[in-house]
Amino acid sequence: MENNSVPKKRPFSLQLDLSKFEPATEEEKRQQDVMSKSTTFFRDGMRRLLKNPLAVASLIVLLLVIATIVIAPMIVPYGYEEILSVNGRRDKGAKNLTPFEYSTAEKKYIAQGNSRFPHIFGTDEQCRDYFIRVVYGARVSLFVGFFASIIVLIIGMLIGSISGYVGGRVDLIIMRIVDIIYSLPDMLMVILLSVVLKEVLTFKTGSVLASLGTNMISMFIVFGALYWVGMCRLIRGQILSIRENDYVLAAKSIGAGSARIIRKHILPNCLSVIIISTALQIPSAIFTESYLSFIGLGVSAPMPSLGSLANAARQGLQSYPYKLIFPAAAICLIVLSLNLLGDGMRDAFDPKLRR
Amino acid sequence: MTNLLDVEHLKQYFPIRTGFAKTTPLKAVDDISFSIRHGETLGLVGESGCGKTTVGRSVLRLYEPTDGKVYFEGTEITRSNIKSMRRQMQMVFQDPYSSLNPRMTVEDIIGEPLDVHRMYSNSKERREKILNLMELVGLNAEHATRYAHEFSGGQRQRIGIARALAVNPKFIVCDEPVSALDVSIQAQVINMFEELQDKLGVAYLFIAHDLLVVRHISNRIAVMYLGHMVELADSDELMDHPIHPYTESLLSAVPIPDPETARHKQRIVLEGDVPSPLNMPTGCPFRTRCRYATAKCAEEMPDFTDRGNGHFVACHVK
Repeated sequence: MENNSVPKKRPFSLQLDLSKFEPATEEEKRQQDVMSKSTTFFRDGMRRLLKNPLAVASLIVLLLVIATIVIAPMIVPYGYEEILSVNGRRDKGAKNLTPFEYSTAEKKYIAQGNSRFPHIFGTDEQCRDYFIRVVYGARVSLFVGFFASIIVLIIGMLIGSISGYVGGRVDLIIMRIVDIIYSLPDMLMVILLSVVLKEVLTFKTGSVLASLGTNMISMFIVFGALYWVGMCRLIRGQILSIRENDYVLAAKSIGAGSARIIRKHILPNCLSVIIISTALQIPSAIFTESYLSFIGLGVSAPMPSLGSLANAARQGLQSYPYKLIFPAAAICLIVLSLNLLGDGMRDAFDPKLRR
Repeated sequence: MTNLLDVEHLKQYFPIRTGFAKTTPLKAVDDISFSIRHGETLGLVGESGCGKTTVGRSVLRLYEPTDGKVYFEGTEITRSNIKSMRRQMQMVFQDPYSSLNPRMTVEDIIGEPLDVHRMYSNSKERREKILNLMELVGLNAEHATRYAHEFSGGQRQRIGIARALAVNPKFIVCDEPVSALDVSIQAQVINMFEELQDKLGVAYLFIAHDLLVVRHISNRIAVMYLGHMVELADSDELMDHPIHPYTESLLSAVPIPDPETARHKQRIVLEGDVPSPLNMPTGCPFRTRCRYATAKCAEEMPDFTDRGNGHFVACHVK
């Protein structure tokens, strides 16, 4: 030891002082052999997602919104189309109340020792509780957004994977159709289609489709017919690039059939892109739905939607600005948090952004 | 027939669009014949883009050959019997990073051939087989549940080899299996290939561009130039007495680990570039860069003839 510790000649010399080192014990050597815990792709992605504060915040906001949508109708004793009444008599004074205000009839009712659930967002000009209308509106918007993106996903994935995997002439024809749909002016087509479908579609009363409402169905058809093209192109591109990977060739050389290759090798590898683009499709569908409802082509009358609520609020905008603020804020909150969550998911799951 | 594999006049052309509605065939492999004996290693060398990989893939029918026949133990490989043939012939890929599916565990990657050919009766037997294979290529049992991205290049290549061995093949095409690895790992993997050959008696078509590696592992070596085979001989014979001028120049480029001999060595530097395979020279493909080229070379394609002791050469002059 003594002769190993050479005194340093210069302060910045890189000469090592060997006495400061000690040999590794057997246990420490073995620690080097142990690899880190194996993680699956999904778990790894979730860990990344939960590290992103913005994504976590929007996830929480979204969960709160969903909880409100689910729970509020159970707690609030008013219906979305129910005209307020006190003691079985119609409460004519409960028109255009401000938030948390009671009408004179309700005040009298409370003075008699009864309790009355507050109108959190006030009431509208037809004496309906505004809070529950906004909640139902958000419910409709989210429902439409979610199912419209699933419809888009199914159509786009089916056609896109056929186009990408089969290739050749089939691919050429599908892609030209996609190009044509792409070149149509989006909004114009949406408006025209929903006007036409509104007239054409009639359902037997009592059936599941009828209870959804003609407008809702036509909205799904509009989304399905127009917005699958983006998803289709995306998935086709993914499949084209994954198909060229050596592991697909390896599977072929093993003797695996096309079905197995698509199922085991191609789809799992474009799954992250599919999930992410579906997540980003939801807010855009909500946006389109709100827009359509705003111009009066969305869901039909008593059923509220955030867009139609905003439209109705335009008339009394000077006197009752909060009636526009509540649905608009709800749209913003939902769309923003969905977008941020989608972004966070892309960062967490996209293999290209890793490494 | 005593040979494991016979390739006769294999041709592989790819249509390349050279203009509007006009295609020119790219002759990636043009009229190649060779055979591989049981348990033998045939090295295949040549510069980049000369069609080495294409030969390997066409033999395995990963590409549908334009023309020519491939016989495996005397039976011709056709579209209809290829699925059963895949149990006899496997492939190890060049890039250990892209040849393993990143979404599958090692166990599933190695087990896939077993799944495809239903080579087990229950899941316990499957697992046992997989663990045996992993041990064979020097992987630990605890690696089975991990994903490919958690391994180093050398380990990944071992996984790829285990996958190829899963069906007990008699023949493996090794498509530059070591060129993507570090030199120190290359040695390990090559030695493993040799050990596996001793143990299991598999034959290899070993594609590489490192001549020293090929000489080390191969019984015979074939040299390719622009989709043609120009020379084929026992590896020592080819290394010590090359006949074809292209082989000569290739060998002169091999670094010699002794500075004294290296100083006295004469390096043959080829002039010009490799011609485009879309626009092949007439006659011998090598004549544009050959020192000995004569008028005859431009006129006719030299035959691939035996010059004694199984030393085949395609050259008019030498």
